[in-house]
Amino acid sequence: MKILVCIKRVIDYNVRVQINREGDGVVTDGVKMSVNPFDEIAVEEALRIRERGEAEEIVVASIGTSASQQQLRTALAMGADRAILVETDESLQPLASARVLHKLVEKEQPGLVLAGKQAIDDDSNQTGQMLSALWGRPQATFASKVALDGGKATVTREVDAGLETIEVDLPAVVTTDLRLNEPRFVKMPDIMKAKRKPLETIALADLDVEMPPALEVGAHMPPPQRQAGIMIESVDELVNALKEKGVL
Amino acid sequence: MTRVLLIAEHDGAMLNLSTAKALSCATAIGPTDIAVFGNDAGDVCAAAAALSGVEKVLNVSRPENAAPLAAVLAPQIAELAGDYTHVLAPSTTFGKDVMPRAAALLGVPQVSDIMTVEGERKFQRPIYAGNVVTEVSVPAGCIVAGTVRTASFRAASNSGSAEITEVSTGAGLPDHSRYIGLEAQASERPDLQSASKVVSGGRGVGSAENFALIYSLADKLGAAAGASRAAVDAGYVPNDMQVGQTGKIIAPDLYIAIGISGAIQHVTGIKDAGTIVAINKDAEAPIFEIADIGLVGDLFSLVPELEARLG
Repeated sequence: MKILVCIKRVIDYNVRVQINREGDGVVTDGVKMSVNPFDEIAVEEALRIRERGEAEEIVVASIGTSASQQQLRTALAMGADRAILVETDESLQPLASARVLHKLVEKEQPGLVLAGKQAIDDDSNQTGQMLSALWGRPQATFASKVALDGGKATVTREVDAGLETIEVDLPAVVTTDLRLNEPRFVKMPDIMKAKRKPLETIALADLDVEMPPALEVGAHMPPPQRQAGIMIESVDELVNALKEKGVL
Repeated sequence: MTRVLLIAEHDGAMLNLSTAKALSCATAIGPTDIAVFGNDAGDVCAAAAALSGVEKVLNVSRPENAAPLAAVLAPQIAELAGDYTHVLAPSTTFGKDVMPRAAALLGVPQVSDIMTVEGERKFQRPIYAGNVVTEVSVPAGCIVAGTVRTASFRAASNSGSAEITEVSTGAGLPDHSRYIGLEAQASERPDLQSASKVVSGGRGVGSAENFALIYSLADKLGAAAGASRAAVDAGYVPNDMQVGQTGKIIAPDLYIAIGISGAIQHVTGIKDAGTIVAINKDAEAPIFEIADIGLVGDLFSLVPELEARLG
């Protein structure tokens, strides 16, 4: 079986994001970029499935500028076999990304597609679901456990009420939640080895994707802030203050 | 003419409170119908019909709808959406799962986590873990598909009496996805997502055993019990108690944070709470920058003292 893993280049998890001077985006110049953490979990899960002997090939794909090669190389260093970059200078929204990925799925015919449940930049949480809809295949989102058995996957999902289990026929799209696994650290020799692994670049225009309507994105603003309140010295004061506010 | 279809979240027996919250967003846009996808979920339909501001409840009852499978519900949502200008769901794991699938079938973009309604097609939503708010507009000619950040809206009240109509859907449904079951954490306490009071513990609580302090105070207050991601990662409590960007985003009237430092990812999950109380031994903890009432000291003496004072 072949696994296709979708990854996105995003501002690193540890960076304190700042709105740009124009107020129409965030500052990206000189900012550390990384593989979206949920996508890194997806890469790790693919590797573990292959290590169990349940998959033969892992292909990682990304959509973005040539700079996304860096994140694809990281996934190759983790252990993926080859990479595909759909190159574009435009920033695609989830439905457009899903249509692009659908083209790759038709070309690659994977038995399983793995992706992060959301990217930590726009927090949309849509692309995996949209891809499975376009593909007409099952989706198992927010996975915290994935077990493959022949042509089926049993997936435990982190839902608000607890842990939900569903069974889906393959091929399917599985999106990963935080607790699915802990991604491995990349070792230096693997980074060197990854440089020689195949990385194919396809121009977005060559995929002949019909671009869907997109949201118009306007002003970027800081969120409404809470103000610090009062500091008190004792439990008595706390109880009185809560009674005054009418919450006790 | 603007018409909104809101997808109800329920477990077959009870309507989830997220529906009443999302309804307040929906009615701020226009006249709203609620669709209940279920299998003989009559009680859920009745509860939806009792919400104020609902025009009509669509009861879409068929055996396949017994469990909330996105692949089964999405084609039916897309089918019904044709009669509406907007289709919304709460931004819970239910809505996040099903709505993008429906939007893709409709060929329209989705607005995730609507915080405010700026116009019929214009909304504010959080990005970058809530560190930035952005304004987005849905182009003319598209059905507006969206999920509603429930912590940003108050629940609609229960003074309505909408008509309930049986609706059947003709969409062919896939059989490639099967529901196995739900393992819910058994708890006598109120549901974290909808509780009016929440008591949460963090890494400062120190161990799973010490969380008894948190549970005991929560029970005294009739509150739900929550935790920070640090406490979950340390193995003190299960993940479904997690409050924050990677857990539940909540807006109780009273939130008591005990031994929680106040990392941005936690604060994102509570910033719409009514009153925030912080108890922490570190006077420099960032939680005090957003708390309405702060108390510096040892939680192991202060929490039992507070519980005793509540009589």
